[in-house]
Amino acid sequence: MKQEIKNEQINTAVHAPVVAKQRKKLTKSSSIPGWLFASPWIIGLVLFYAFPLFSSIYYSFTTYSILQPGEFVGLENYYKLFNDELFWKSIYNTVYFAVFFVPLSIIIGVALAMMLNMKVKGMAIYRTIFFLPTLVPQVALAVLWMWLLNPGFGLVNSLLDVVGIPGPNWLGSELWSKPSLILMSLWAIGQPVIIYLAGLGDIPNELYEAAEVDGANWFQKTISVTLPLLTPVIFFNLVMGSIGAFQQFTLPYTMTQGQGTPANSLTFYVMYLYDNAFKFFKMGYASAMAWILFVIIMALTAVIFITSKRWVHYQGK
Amino acid sequence: MQPKIKKKFQVTLAQVCLLAASAFFIIPFVWMVSTSLKPITQVFTYPPEWIPNPFQWRNYVDATQYIPFYTYLKNTTAITVFSTLGVVLSCPLVAYSFAKLEWKGRNVLFVITIAVMMIPMQVTMIPLFLLFNKLGWVGTPLPLIVPAFFGVPFSIFLMRQFFMGLPNTLRDAAKIDGASEFRIYWQIMLPLAKPAVLAIGLFQFMNVWTDFIGPLLYLTEDSKYTLSLGLQQFQSQKGTEWGLMMAVSTMMTMPIIILFFFMQKTFIQGITFSGIK
Repeated sequence: MKQEIKNEQINTAVHAPVVAKQRKKLTKSSSIPGWLFASPWIIGLVLFYAFPLFSSIYYSFTTYSILQPGEFVGLENYYKLFNDELFWKSIYNTVYFAVFFVPLSIIIGVALAMMLNMKVKGMAIYRTIFFLPTLVPQVALAVLWMWLLNPGFGLVNSLLDVVGIPGPNWLGSELWSKPSLILMSLWAIGQPVIIYLAGLGDIPNELYEAAEVDGANWFQKTISVTLPLLTPVIFFNLVMGSIGAFQQFTLPYTMTQGQGTPANSLTFYVMYLYDNAFKFFKMGYASAMAWILFVIIMALTAVIFITSKRWVHYQGK
Repeated sequence: MQPKIKKKFQVTLAQVCLLAASAFFIIPFVWMVSTSLKPITQVFTYPPEWIPNPFQWRNYVDATQYIPFYTYLKNTTAITVFSTLGVVLSCPLVAYSFAKLEWKGRNVLFVITIAVMMIPMQVTMIPLFLLFNKLGWVGTPLPLIVPAFFGVPFSIFLMRQFFMGLPNTLRDAAKIDGASEFRIYWQIMLPLAKPAVLAIGLFQFMNVWTDFIGPLLYLTEDSKYTLSLGLQQFQSQKGTEWGLMMAVSTMMTMPIIILFFFMQKTFIQGITFSGIK
């Protein structure tokens, strides 16, 4: 996104001197309407973003709760967090989910998009089918998969039974609860797939033709044409996917009714944050958690951005 | 001859892969609908049966009585419609200002708007809750509706990109004719931006219709609940009403699927547009 903005600024800068003279007259008077038109957002930005953002830093240094005014305690919340076992457990669960889900969603997403990009009959129907799960509300998705993965009467275990594999206890087992969550999240990856599809559509045909002339087979074309040119889109989905993975809440919360069972194996970071704030009313403590999350997400995004120079190829560069 | 056979083999292989993958995506769906129509005795049969016997249409009626379905439906619809209205009114206006009007601080504010998209909602969640609590809005749907009227950064960004693509000449011509800025926006530019407005409206509708954490935070009374919260009530100590729960899940998903069906093009344009450009 940053790249885009830069390009635009350069574009306007290049065109500016030519058009500027005639435009100046026309745009001169748009300063007041400009502010006026933007005013709802300026108010919204201050009220719903800037003010909460800064007050949450302050809260994170206090013992604030709705019930008590709370007092300034400095870094105590942070210090306590680092000694909080459940805090570390929730980080472990969240990282576990992100580490498996994000790469899997990229590999499977790209593979699906490549399949959907082939010239085969009935593609419109296939595309709709792949996208359908994204339209299921997360709460309904949780409910649906709880039923599919039900160890006694669920479809998944009965299918495994047919093949002769005894199915695990899925959501009831400490070992399998997180893989279950990854599986159901992968079911709803229609959105990134559509973005990959758009990316595939942007790859010029000449490149494939040139590769064919050189005698490249399907595999070679994929490795040296498709994937490199798809990296900007992969990059975008990597950033969005990682940010989303760290904010996992609705699925585990609804499935375990906020309990994170079994044995806290589904207690995700944001769930624990929510519990602290709205169940135990430890708003200061939860604010500290929120800021740690913010820093983690920013650091992660920064790392992806920095490494992207090595592996993201923009067309025409 | 040989390349032709090879080609045919490839196409067949592709078809097989597609079919297998489709099964993974469609079966849970079919299963949801199938379970929603089964009599309770058939829900718990092993191995599972695919076709309900008999078709228990009554499940849908029972589900709407097990929880106050129509109240929840009404609440969800009201919140969704009003907040979508808010976004559709505010975001294009702000975006237009970012794209076409020139004013001091515009570019800085736009960069801030993009930066704001990076803030996880959990960071602002607690102070916002306290703010709405002070205003006495906790327990009402207002915290879920009012902020939409002040703009959503992602939708502003999307709309702005769209307005950037519209030519300036129209605006200049209207300006020479003496039209006010608001008239230019309302009568010329906004109608031209209809596809983008539809896209952001659609996104907002979907997000709010399916929202869980918002209602969970702010709606304290049973009578104000939305469908997302209502769905949880089918799980109790007594056990889970799978058939009824699947019926409500189906009913909750249907509006979105219908909407998607009729607005497919806008939808996909919106997603790809937001993703790449």
